[in-house]
Amino acid sequence: MDEIMELGLWQMVAAYLFIVVLYIILKLRGIEREKELLISTLRMTLQLVFVGYLLAYLFENNHVLWILLIIVVMQLFAIQNIFKRVKHPLGRKLKQIIILSMIAGTLASIFYFIIVVVQVTPWYEARYFIPIAGMMIGNSMTGVALGVQRLVEGMHDQRNHIEGALMLGATPKVASKKIVNQAFDAAILPTINSMVGMGIVFLPGMMTGQILAGLSPVTAIQYQIAIMLGIVGCVSITVIMFVQLGYKAFFNEKSQFRNL
Amino acid sequence: MFTLKEVTYNEILHIKELHIPGEKITCIVGESGSGKSTAVKLLNNLISSDAGSIEYKNKPIHTFDTIDLRREVVMVPQTPIIFDGTVKENLLIGLQFSEKPFVEDEKLHAVLETVHLKKSLEESADQLSGGEKQRLSLGRVLIMEPEVYIFDEPTSALDEATEDRVMGNIIKEIKGNQKTAIIITHSKKVAQTYGDLIVEIKNGQIVETKEISNHG
Repeated sequence: MDEIMELGLWQMVAAYLFIVVLYIILKLRGIEREKELLISTLRMTLQLVFVGYLLAYLFENNHVLWILLIIVVMQLFAIQNIFKRVKHPLGRKLKQIIILSMIAGTLASIFYFIIVVVQVTPWYEARYFIPIAGMMIGNSMTGVALGVQRLVEGMHDQRNHIEGALMLGATPKVASKKIVNQAFDAAILPTINSMVGMGIVFLPGMMTGQILAGLSPVTAIQYQIAIMLGIVGCVSITVIMFVQLGYKAFFNEKSQFRNL
Repeated sequence: MFTLKEVTYNEILHIKELHIPGEKITCIVGESGSGKSTAVKLLNNLISSDAGSIEYKNKPIHTFDTIDLRREVVMVPQTPIIFDGTVKENLLIGLQFSEKPFVEDEKLHAVLETVHLKKSLEESADQLSGGEKQRLSLGRVLIMEPEVYIFDEPTSALDEATEDRVMGNIIKEIKGNQKTAIIITHSKKVAQTYGDLIVEIKNGQIVETKEISNHG
């Protein structure tokens, strides 16, 4: 079964029947969620169709400028998403630190992965670059968002402790060490945990896609292991950069605690 | 030791002139919300004034490195801060923060004696009562032996008998080592008994400065 089985129109229609089932359940039970269901289904379909054609175009017309544009769009989306997900006001300085750590951390990891691990030539080969960059930026986005949330909460909740340490002559770095560590831990824990269930509880999306698309499971697994390690590394680098710089946003140049 | 002139902060505080002498005990009294805590936080650069001049050892306070200054002018806040770990770790953490060498257990036992805290060094500090935590945080700064001690309501959680003993011992030690202390207190008795100078603050302004010469 080396041939890739493409899904025809009727097969796709058959798949949409799952949505019809859910729609009927909602109707029968009088749960008013039909509108959201329809919008979500429509959005999912349109977005994926759009991305599918976009990727097809990019794979055909591989150009470094396209890749650069895609990175910019992904980064903008990810950073905007972090700002939106954190439920506290973020000052200008903290926002700059988030932007810096996302860009520097993910780019360093992506290029290391592309050039050293996968050894793609040219490096901007869209077929490799886009999914790898997408996974690394996406996971880092989740990690940094968690890290920001925990850091901001910790700094606010434990302000008395931090000031207490400053009064005893601690540097801001030492005074906030515990909170910085907690934020880092909270940010990378989901990524570490996701490795545990890998292959047993669920087959990750990328691997499922590759297997369904006809790639040998062994090759798919090699890629999956590599990308998983890459994700762990990328999330760690972006989050450590963020927390190491982020705590500084809570102090002024006189080592005084300041609100964001 | 400190000289403040025309100091203002956030419309909470307006100090025309204040001189805090070295090697003396200065007590700051006044109603809650009068600006006492804000005033002392200017002295270890925990906050900065909006206007006016603050001098420490005859030099503008902003010329000192903030961290070095706080290692010389150590403050104990009103709510005692307890860090994770044992009584011993909590006693030593001031030295750790200020990058000073640790002391022997013997010294720690002596300090516990001074603050009347009959606890084992290995006990978890988290288990202590409010008053015990307050005494632990006082003991912590005694170990650091700074130039200037700032205490914000150091005995608010202590009963009168314990307050007498603890404050008596602390003041004796500070005076014996010829150090300076600034004590915010609501207790007229503490101010009268231990203060060489009593400064009264009302609505952010100094309304009275009184030298006490019958002790010290």
